[in-house]
Amino acid sequence: MKNFAIAVLVNDQPGVLQRVSGLFGRRGFNIESITVGQSEEAGLSRMVIVTKGDENTLEQIEKQLYKLIDVIKVINLSAKPMVSRELALIKVKAEPPERPEIMGLVETFRAAVVDIGTHSLMVQVVGDTEKIDAMIELLKPYGIRELSRTGVTAMTRGNAS
Amino acid sequence: MSAQIPAMKSTKELREKWMEPEVISGSEILLRSLLLEGVECVFGYPGGAVLYIYDALYGFNDFHHLLTRHEQGAIHAADGYARASGKVGVCIATSGPGATNLVTGIATAYMDSVPLVVITGNVATTLIGTDAFQEADITGITMPITKHSYLVRNVEDLPRIIHEAFHIANTGRKGPVLIDIPKDVSAAKTMFHPGEAMNLRGYNPTITPNRLQLDKLAAAIAEAERPVIIAGGGVIYSGGHEALLEFVERTEIPITTTLLGLGAFPSGNSLWMGMPGMHGTYTANHAIQQSDLLINIGARFDDRVTGALDGFAPKAKIVHIDIDPAEIGKNVKADIPIVGDAKTVLEQMNGLVKRASKADAWRDQIRKWKAEKPLKYVDSNEVLKPQWVIQMLNDMTHGQAIVTTDVGQHQMWTAQYYKFNQPRSWITSGGLGTMGFGFPSAIGAQMAQPDRLVISINGDGGMQMCSQELAICAINKIPVKIVVLNNQVLGMVRQWQELIYENRYSHIDLAGSPDFVKLAEAYGVKGLRATNKEDAQKVWQEAMETPGPVLVEFVVHKGENVYPMVTQGSPIDQMLMGDCE
Repeated sequence: MKNFAIAVLVNDQPGVLQRVSGLFGRRGFNIESITVGQSEEAGLSRMVIVTKGDENTLEQIEKQLYKLIDVIKVINLSAKPMVSRELALIKVKAEPPERPEIMGLVETFRAAVVDIGTHSLMVQVVGDTEKIDAMIELLKPYGIRELSRTGVTAMTRGNAS
Repeated sequence: MSAQIPAMKSTKELREKWMEPEVISGSEILLRSLLLEGVECVFGYPGGAVLYIYDALYGFNDFHHLLTRHEQGAIHAADGYARASGKVGVCIATSGPGATNLVTGIATAYMDSVPLVVITGNVATTLIGTDAFQEADITGITMPITKHSYLVRNVEDLPRIIHEAFHIANTGRKGPVLIDIPKDVSAAKTMFHPGEAMNLRGYNPTITPNRLQLDKLAAAIAEAERPVIIAGGGVIYSGGHEALLEFVERTEIPITTTLLGLGAFPSGNSLWMGMPGMHGTYTANHAIQQSDLLINIGARFDDRVTGALDGFAPKAKIVHIDIDPAEIGKNVKADIPIVGDAKTVLEQMNGLVKRASKADAWRDQIRKWKAEKPLKYVDSNEVLKPQWVIQMLNDMTHGQAIVTTDVGQHQMWTAQYYKFNQPRSWITSGGLGTMGFGFPSAIGAQMAQPDRLVISINGDGGMQMCSQELAICAINKIPVKIVVLNNQVLGMVRQWQELIYENRYSHIDLAGSPDFVKLAEAYGVKGLRATNKEDAQKVWQEAMETPGPVLVEFVVHKGENVYPMVTQGSPIDQMLMGDCE
């Protein structure tokens, strides 16, 4: 079992996310994360799905996705060099004496503090999944009050498509 | 027979006038678009959300509209129409409960790759999402069981959507497409331009196979010592039966046809081995298990065919020909995958193949198995054996009828003992196994093929799931011959309870069933009954001589089982042979 990232170019139609996620659900495919947004072409959205499975599962996922009329293209990003990014907002408990320490961590991770409350800081971190995981681990001892992750978006490098 | 279903066509002038660009309502756009798609028959049931559509249908006589007595009847009839004709079946239902009553029929068609366009009404767009009266999210509900679906939000999209729906339903791997039309969209008016262009970027089925793969198959056939063909419904749907016959005649490879593939190949041919799988023949199952080359054409390796997957065809190089790439490798890994339309693939293969010359000993073995282990049952002169009834129907109709069945023992006996020799003559719910399908699908088949004899074979259980459609047979004089094999129990369930659940016969007794003869008569359909062989023949003769619909009840032996049988989870050559021993 291995993680795969797949990009799916779909018609920007109502219900298309339901079609795709429903397909994963009823065929027993796993969804680690799913993100949807505009693509480079008007009328088309790009979904990036991170899933877990073996090569056969991945082949079936691709083929089953192609059966959906609204699916234009399926790209197995994991098969090529790619850049993947995730964003997380983390609200961490931070009384004034602890703040310099937390700021230090944030700086090391090239993350940013994007809001300061009386008893908390909001940290924004962008990077691959491992980096986000590591940031969260380090902030945990201070007390995480809220956490929101976007899921992975990804693209192949350079001229690969 | 055909005279009893009146032809419906408006005048050429009227049709031409109707195809002029004009500002008309969504409902009229729907009707004209259906005409443009060549629709001849629609099955439906009106209700609040489709009243504008039914208003447009008032006095409309360009195609038949049959008012069924339940939406389930309508969709199974549309399904039977599609399977018997090769055209798209169409049905209409209202929103909410009307639409949800279609769900079983949509799933049935989806599992068996039957082209349908299903039109449902919905509440007005302003009410969608408010839990309005008779609102149901039918596109959401049916998403897993449709090839595609549309919720029409703008009347201007309607002509394009209908055109796309027909195209999607009846190309590639066929299937049901749902169009949900809110009430205000069917009322709204717009300029109708016939012949709208389509733009379906993501939909481009592969029809023509890869030549290199065909060469690999040809080479494999030349080398094979124990080759076997499995042909499925895809051969029939693609119109590939003649190409298949030529392929088998050229290669002389023994062939088995799946449940949905019955009729794709003439049963009288010496290379035909019968049906494979759970209730398949000894010959077909052993041939598959011992084959060194298994050529699957348009079948999907259903678990009822393969039995235990890890023990399936262990020595065979697998060739899988399918128009749906997702079927290849889904259940059984293919050594030579070929994506393409079955007919096109077979036609191209016919130019490449020769007789499988290393398989002579194999052909002898198959002949031997066929002679030693034919389908068999213990006949009786005291009680009517259901297998005997099917054989009698086969003999008396010379195997020429279109036969539809419900699901259960009678279905398997019909598959085993009625000898199909032409495609689109066998209509049954294979994938979903839908009780209630047999009778209404026969109505659709008869509408599609008014000149052919249509026999609907049902059990006493399934007949009671859609018996209300006797009304539309009577009222429209649809001359279906309805057979009920009455054994007073849920036969297939009884068989499993006997063989697998240690005779614990839990809730299978159908005591309290109606008198089927009287039930038929109550609807104005002639009813006949037979309890012995002599009566059975006489009664069938009378049914055949009676114009219009007739229901014939055969009271058959209660304890009869379907053999051979492979129990679930076993490899297919481990068969309970029962009476076939």
